[in-house]
Amino acid sequence: MTIGLTHFLLLGTALFCLGLYGLLSKRNAIAILMGIELMLNAVNINLIAFNKYVAAGSYTGQVFSVFVIVVAAAEVAVGLALVLAIYKDRLSTNVDDLDWLKW
Amino acid sequence: MNDFIFAAAFYGLAGMTILSAAGVVFLKDIVHSALMLALSFIGVAGLYVLLNADFLAAVQILVYGGAVAILIAFGVMLTRRRNMKESNPNNRWVIYASFVSAAFFAICGWALIGTDFKPVGQQVNPEAAVEGLASLLLGDYVVAFESAAVLLLVALVGAIILAKGAKEA
Repeated sequence: MTIGLTHFLLLGTALFCLGLYGLLSKRNAIAILMGIELMLNAVNINLIAFNKYVAAGSYTGQVFSVFVIVVAAAEVAVGLALVLAIYKDRLSTNVDDLDWLKW
Repeated sequence: MNDFIFAAAFYGLAGMTILSAAGVVFLKDIVHSALMLALSFIGVAGLYVLLNADFLAAVQILVYGGAVAILIAFGVMLTRRRNMKESNPNNRWVIYASFVSAAFFAICGWALIGTDFKPVGQQVNPEAAVEGLASLLLGDYVVAFESAAVLLLVALVGAIILAKGAKEA
């Protein structure tokens, strides 16, 4: 059986769902960031697979995934800076402790 | 034969990516999770090569396999905890999280298998992605490209100020 678009999309879905599980089930803020990175990678696989199999000859999907990579890099830098700032204040990276806005 | 090589490469890279992504979320030690994350990024770069996106594969290895993996490893090392063996615990909603993820995978997979994606536009086989990507990025998408550059600069400055703290003027 030849490998087609569906195989890549199913792979992207599996990667996205693993990232979603990590995002929802982890207590450590850095582990949650790792889950978000996995989800963004899954989205990139989908964009590039659609670019190859549906719109071959154009590069729009690859351009979009360049922008996704840029935003993901910015997100992980700011996210880790926030985690480190919170850690300096509270000596904890447990997101269950971060309930200052709750009353 | 060519199809067979493609399929073998796909299944090898897909297995590596999925298994190491599963390691990221299921391993108990967060240092192992960070290393598995880097391995997963490398596997995704290999998949980009299979999808004729050679430039993006190089960018993936540089940005994700290099920069993001190092940033995450620094984040792990700069936040200390008492017991490293149990440093990546689950919260109390892990049952619901696994149910939501499995249901999302089932629904998306069902929709994907049932859909027939038709190619659009003229079908040509591109030689290398760099030229087309460059003319799009500096042509039609030049405003978004420059905005992304500004966004990266702002994120860099913001990350430094958040992590280090700014002196009051």
